[in-house]
Amino acid sequence: MLRLWRMIRGTGRIAEPSPPRPARAAAPRGDTDGNVGATMRALRGSVQIRHVDAGSCNGCEVEIGAAFGPVYDAERYGARLVASPRHADALIVTGVVTRNMAEPLRRTHAAIPAPKLVVAIGDCARNCGVFADAYGVAGAAGDIVPVDAEVPGCPPRPEAIVAALRELTGR
Amino acid sequence: MSTSALGLGLAGTIALLTTLAVLVIPFRLRPTISGAGTALVGTAGLAAGAAALAGQSFTLPLPSLLPLSGLSFAVDPLSGVFIAVTGAVAVAAGIYAIGYTSHSGTSRAAAAVLPLFVASLLAVPAAASVATLLACWELMALTSLLLVLTEHKQRPEVAEAGLWYAVMTHLGLVCLLGGLMIFTAHAGGDSFAALAAAAPELSPALKGAVFVLALAGFGSKAGMVPLHAWLPRAHPEAPSHVSALMSAAMVNLGIYGIIRVGFGLLGGGSTWWWLLVIGLGAASAVYGILQAAMSTDLKRLLGYSTTENMGLILVGVGAAGLFASAHHPELAELALAAALLHVANHAGFKTLLFLAAGSVLHATGTRDLDSLGGLRSAMPATTLAFGWGGLAASALPPGTAFVSEWLLVQALIHGLHGATTATAVTLPLAVSAVALTAGLAVATFVKAFGTGFLAKPRTADAAAARESPATMLAGMGLAGAACAALALVPGALLPAIGRAVAAAGWPGPVIRYGTNGLVTIRLAGLAGEVSPLLLTLGLVIVMVATAAWLRALPARRAQGARRRARLWDCGGGPLTARMEYTATSFAEPLQRVFDDVVAPETRLDVTHLDEARYLVAAIEYRAQVPDRIERRLYQPILSAVAAWGSAARWLAPGSVHRYLGYGFYTVTAVLIILTVTR
Amino acid sequence: MNALGITGGVIQAVVITGGAPLLTGVMRQVRAKLEGRKGPGVGQPWRDLRKQFRKEAVAPEGTSEIFRVAPLALVATTVVTAVVVPFVTSASAVEPMADLFAVVALLAMGTATLALAAIDTGTAFGGMGASREVTILALVEPTLLVSIFALSVPAGSTNLAAIVAATLNDPGRVLSPASMLAAIALTVVTVAETGRIPVDNPATHLELTMVHEAMILEYAGPDLALIELASSMRLCVFLGLLASLFAPWGIAASPTPLALAIGTAAFAAKVVAGGAVLAAAEVFMAKIRLFRVPELLAGSFLLAVAAVASSYFLAGAS
Repeated sequence: MLRLWRMIRGTGRIAEPSPPRPARAAAPRGDTDGNVGATMRALRGSVQIRHVDAGSCNGCEVEIGAAFGPVYDAERYGARLVASPRHADALIVTGVVTRNMAEPLRRTHAAIPAPKLVVAIGDCARNCGVFADAYGVAGAAGDIVPVDAEVPGCPPRPEAIVAALRELTGR
Repeated sequence: MSTSALGLGLAGTIALLTTLAVLVIPFRLRPTISGAGTALVGTAGLAAGAAALAGQSFTLPLPSLLPLSGLSFAVDPLSGVFIAVTGAVAVAAGIYAIGYTSHSGTSRAAAAVLPLFVASLLAVPAAASVATLLACWELMALTSLLLVLTEHKQRPEVAEAGLWYAVMTHLGLVCLLGGLMIFTAHAGGDSFAALAAAAPELSPALKGAVFVLALAGFGSKAGMVPLHAWLPRAHPEAPSHVSALMSAAMVNLGIYGIIRVGFGLLGGGSTWWWLLVIGLGAASAVYGILQAAMSTDLKRLLGYSTTENMGLILVGVGAAGLFASAHHPELAELALAAALLHVANHAGFKTLLFLAAGSVLHATGTRDLDSLGGLRSAMPATTLAFGWGGLAASALPPGTAFVSEWLLVQALIHGLHGATTATAVTLPLAVSAVALTAGLAVATFVKAFGTGFLAKPRTADAAAARESPATMLAGMGLAGAACAALALVPGALLPAIGRAVAAAGWPGPVIRYGTNGLVTIRLAGLAGEVSPLLLTLGLVIVMVATAAWLRALPARRAQGARRRARLWDCGGGPLTARMEYTATSFAEPLQRVFDDVVAPETRLDVTHLDEARYLVAAIEYRAQVPDRIERRLYQPILSAVAAWGSAARWLAPGSVHRYLGYGFYTVTAVLIILTVTR
Repeated sequence: MNALGITGGVIQAVVITGGAPLLTGVMRQVRAKLEGRKGPGVGQPWRDLRKQFRKEAVAPEGTSEIFRVAPLALVATTVVTAVVVPFVTSASAVEPMADLFAVVALLAMGTATLALAAIDTGTAFGGMGASREVTILALVEPTLLVSIFALSVPAGSTNLAAIVAATLNDPGRVLSPASMLAAIALTVVTVAETGRIPVDNPATHLELTMVHEAMILEYAGPDLALIELASSMRLCVFLGLLASLFAPWGIAASPTPLALAIGTAAFAAKVVAGGAVLAAAEVFMAKIRLFRVPELLAGSFLLAVAAVASSYFLAGAS
């Protein structure tokens, strides 16, 4: 225990300083009818996130783990990962949606209480990425649930993920 | 003639008339007459008991009614408590029985004997001589045995349960007989007054022997560990109104006996008596609730809960005796008052719980919690009744048992001042035992209510349940109303209980603790007060205010009704009823914690394929939590008795010459011995 | 019921209901700082609650009134406790309700209602959470009551106002072996009842490691907000009880504004300090196995029994 305490004292703060707040548009790209803007105003500063791996290779999961880790510390912007979709406001989907995960993804989305948002993280969730036309694929995330924001990359950098979350929370 | 005598006389008469009526009237009317008659007997008994509690005592010797000793009745406020409680339980159970027995059928004997059973329950506390007590006790035992055996044609287990009950109740009678006969032999008269007068002259060893025998006899009736084995066997097999009467009225008479003999007749006695009572009471409480927590049979669970509550009452009685022998009369009075209040409270919620369990059994045909579930939509009244009874049994506010447990804990806590070493060791252990039972009781009734009534039905039987008929609901409603009254305004009963405590009869100053009206219970002379009514009011006010505030939130007003959503099942397939937690799985962590005490038995049978020893055809797994005291204490005794019996068979080979020889040799030997010792 | 008590009750209701999320925020910040992160700020739980109250209310299929009423009951038991226990003032708002045994039973009642609601959902997780929660509750009760016993012996009563007054009159009593042992036992009880590490991890995502979280997996929107608020308030109440029982200095003894301000500030400071210590300890510990929790609770029970024994034998028969 003393060793741990000395390590904490010696290490100090690991989190990198926040990049400047992104110039917040009234609504992120993809919003055509103003609902997402209204949703974000309702959530204002607090977004609980439920993550669903719909068929990913885990590369995006590693990056999301890094985004919520001490270095990038996405929690400081008001985002938090939760276990149950009933506790969540936003659904982040990684990976191409495989056939077996299509219905569970729909149900997870239905279980989230309104107002809710969906973020597709990674190229596979946006447009099937390298798995387009594979035999087990049901589609991109946008084919199963309505997607409100996207984070491109294979995998996207943690900074990009954090920037997307900051657009949702507004902090 | 005083109201209590009138009431008891009326009760007896109505009971006899009802019994005779049921024996002659046709089958269709039997349940109604039997149940209504029982309810009337109960009403008369309740009136008699209430009058006795108000101070109207009476004495009634009837020397010619029984040859050689006569009968003699006397009622004082202490008996009044038990008479009133019995009467109240009988009213609810009688009304309930009308509906229950019309639907499930009952034999003529059982229907006829029900009012007699209640009458004997009313007569035992009114007994004023040893002969009367034993006669009424035996009447009670025989009538209850007939009632337990009501359904023996439908189920074979009933006969075995009846056998256990019969044997144990008569062994208890033997102990009682022995103890009271020793007492009477030294007292020169068998009326209680004569016994009480003779008690100071007896040697402590003799008094101790009488007390221990009386404790064994009365304790067995009260379901005290280790003499409790009949309780979890007989209560599930009896019809539910009979279980309610037995659990809520009959077991109290064991407590009555201990109080009457220990305090009234023997006049207090030594400290070790009461340490024994506390020890056995604490053991009963902990063992009873532990077994209840493990049990998946609804009525067996309730039977073990009776053992637990009787254990708590015995802790109170023992503490009272302990404080009395240490010359702290105000604490002794407080402890005894707590015990008597718990008698009344327990009667209330146990009746409610057994009647609700009977309703479930009647609707679904099963008592197994692992097969029930989802009854709240089909049987809302029964669910409400069992929920209210379960809250009461868990000793949580605003439940019924909260106040009596509070009083008991207060008595134990304040007893540490000026205590001896024995008391200083016993009291914290007694408080820990009470605390452990309180926690386990919450776990037990959350399990029973949750798995039995909430969520989805686990079997087709449970899914097919329908609400019970009106008379059964009326019986449950009466019991529930009584529980609610006892929960919110127990202060109304406390002055009457004070008079009963004064009548328990050890020498000491007049009652000094007091109550302050109906709202708050205050202990005079000791610092402590509680108000269950204010607690409940506070809770209700905050809940209503929060609900109103929630509804007024703009988001809720905009949304309107709640959205019906699919249960969150992690997105996979639909949840079936088999995926719910069962009662067994609910209790499993507790079972693991206590597995040294509870000793669950598991059996695993693996059937392999004939062709290949490495392939499995079928696996059968059985897990069971037996009554460990029965296994470790009773089975060896029963096996020993059976072994001696078979060994002694060589004494009885069937030859008449041998038997005549036995007689001849015995008489000769006796004559020789008498001649030699003259 | 006197002016002091009623003023105290009102202040406590406001401070605890409004300030409990702040306590949660402080604890999360302490953890974040010790882990090298920056953390969302102490006001984040307020933002979370505000957002949750605006969300949609959901009625899962197959649930009943018990599911809907449980959050209200949990909040009610916690608010009633917060109002009647003497935290800020030495008198209680409603004297007959300020009994230590009654308060403990009220808090247990809240937990039991939540467990029933969890079973009512009919999911396996709900049943699992309820089963574990009532097991821990059953094992924590003996420690609680025996500690109450130990604390009420020197004060002569289980009435909280009397215990606080006795400790204020004789401050040295807090350092007696009975008091110290009872304090350690009650700290373990606080950790167990509020579901903190090492008994339960409030931030876990693995359902099989959940105790409290598993019971509330099905709750959403305003119901969830009520439950989270009630959980923070429970933590506040338990820490406040520890403060009132073992360190009541600063408590207002008269209804003057200065005394009340000092009392409120002292209560807030003690509770926040206690929460910070708990949070810091969590960084150094891991959650223990569920089946090792009874050993921990048995150990705290033995400490409580030792407290009673020492209060009798060391203090003499008084």
